Amino acid sequence: MVKGIFRHVFLMAGAIVMLAPFAIMISLSLKSPGEIFSPHFTLWPQQWAAWENYHAAFTKVPLARFLLNGFIVTFFIFLGQAVTALPMAYALAKLRWRGRETTFALVLLALLIPPQVPAIPLYIAMWKLDLLNSYAGIILPSTISVFGIFLMRQFFRTVPDDLIAAARMDGLSELAIVWRIMLPTAAPAIAAFACLSFIWNWNEFFWPFLAVQDEHLMTPPLGIAFFSNAEAGTAYGPLMAAACVVTAPLAIAFLLAQRAFIAGVTMTGVK
Amino acid sequence: MVDRPHRAEALAAYALAAPAFLLMWAMLLGPAVAVGLLSLTDWSFGEPSISFVGLANYEELWTDRVFWISLRNTLVYVGLAVPLTVGLGLVAAITIESGTHGRAFYRAAYFLPVASTLLAMALVWEFMFHPTVGFVNQALRLVGLPTDDWLQNPDTALYVLIVIGVWQNLGLAMVLFMAGLKSIPPDLYEALALDGADGMWERFRRVTWPMLGPALVFVVAITAIRSFQVFDTVAVLTEGGPNKSTEVLLYTMVRQGFTFLRSSYGAAITIVFLGFTLLVTLAQTKLLDRRAHYG
Repeated sequence: MVKGIFRHVFLMAGAIVMLAPFAIMISLSLKSPGEIFSPHFTLWPQQWAAWENYHAAFTKVPLARFLLNGFIVTFFIFLGQAVTALPMAYALAKLRWRGRETTFALVLLALLIPPQVPAIPLYIAMWKLDLLNSYAGIILPSTISVFGIFLMRQFFRTVPDDLIAAARMDGLSELAIVWRIMLPTAAPAIAAFACLSFIWNWNEFFWPFLAVQDEHLMTPPLGIAFFSNAEAGTAYGPLMAAACVVTAPLAIAFLLAQRAFIAGVTMTGVK
Repeated sequence: MVDRPHRAEALAAYALAAPAFLLMWAMLLGPAVAVGLLSLTDWSFGEPSISFVGLANYEELWTDRVFWISLRNTLVYVGLAVPLTVGLGLVAAITIESGTHGRAFYRAAYFLPVASTLLAMALVWEFMFHPTVGFVNQALRLVGLPTDDWLQNPDTALYVLIVIGVWQNLGLAMVLFMAGLKSIPPDLYEALALDGADGMWERFRRVTWPMLGPALVFVVAITAIRSFQVFDTVAVLTEGGPNKSTEVLLYTMVRQGFTFLRSSYGAAITIVFLGFTLLVTLAQTKLLDRRAHYG
């Protein structure tokens, strides 16, 4: 009993520290500039300026556009990752072909390369192809997920061979087996992978920071960094409002699909 | 002599694997090889000429003061962020799993920073460390402790970034440990209780810690690899300053390779960065192997 109370006191103290930045962010986004710079901090706003702050966040910078870019970029990246990773994962897990072991070894090797390593050659290539400052330039380098290949291969190996044999007897092509048999059976793994892909690519700053200068192509993290630079520590209210707006889609998705998120992250490790 | 069904199967496999195979080479393996080759040249971005210079870029790194500062800062960052993240993540995981009440809430609260946009949250932390109206200094003043302009002081700026990094990654370490804890057979704790030793510390020392070994190695490796990649907070909060006190490897790489357009020099820094990452992976493999054989 005492142990239980101690556990709660301890964990609650930790939870307050972990959640404090979120609480402060929301609080500041609702406050007037005068109150933000007052020497006494109160969590609950005394002078409300919610409408002014959120309105400024959406008008001083194209915040809605940043969000739209975020959704476009994460959607097409995941589409590219799924369309390429699933067939290869199936070929690695269930088909017999020469070069299979070598290919899998290459996937494991690629898994060791941090995403920042290819940046300089990719930048040069994108510049040659005139793809810097374009959606394609942001999306293309991330359309391959070796982690996704690895994850789906491990999952596909657990699918019984009989199921595939039966599908072949029904005259399904190998490609049709991937989409009509493997995809539905792998739904939980794909959901976890989708969550991970969404977290990574919504938050990705490094590559968009290098590849994009045009304000209208900026993804949410890049957009908010741009906003922060432009305001240089003065308009905290609107900046925090923008931070709330940028953080919200992921936070809400996480709270709604906690299981898939945590399962996905647990399955990982490295990008 | 290959029979027809097998040949058809192999052809289907090649067709299915080809798109991912080509993309993997185009976006990851090829560029990684290219970085290595580029680091052996003198090429600057946009220059018409390129020539092979051997290890000249690495020799220059060896005498580059900023590079050594950057390397030192990165190692301090990793050396402090990893034990703190892993330690706190482990304590959180064990404490949360030691009861059932409120488990889902605590897990979500500690994990939320992992699923949030670091760049936006970094700006909130910047405000929290604001010299006059920031929450941190207000709290310190309240209890009569000295305050500081934490992010503008070369002695403290790196530590602020470490605090932010630990806060962000702690939840990741926690959920990985939770998965590890679930795989410990409950009979071990029961056996320990039969021996009359079921205090919290005894349970941890005699069952949890030894059984958690492989998970621990894995979590340390992931946290270390992620910590070596510290960049976002530096780029948006300190830009390597004040006085180079938060200059870290990736930030130096971006400044050399992209701001100063010295592609080949940036490539050499990339190779150093890659080397550290591979070293971590190698150490992880060695440790796990030894455990598997003798552990």
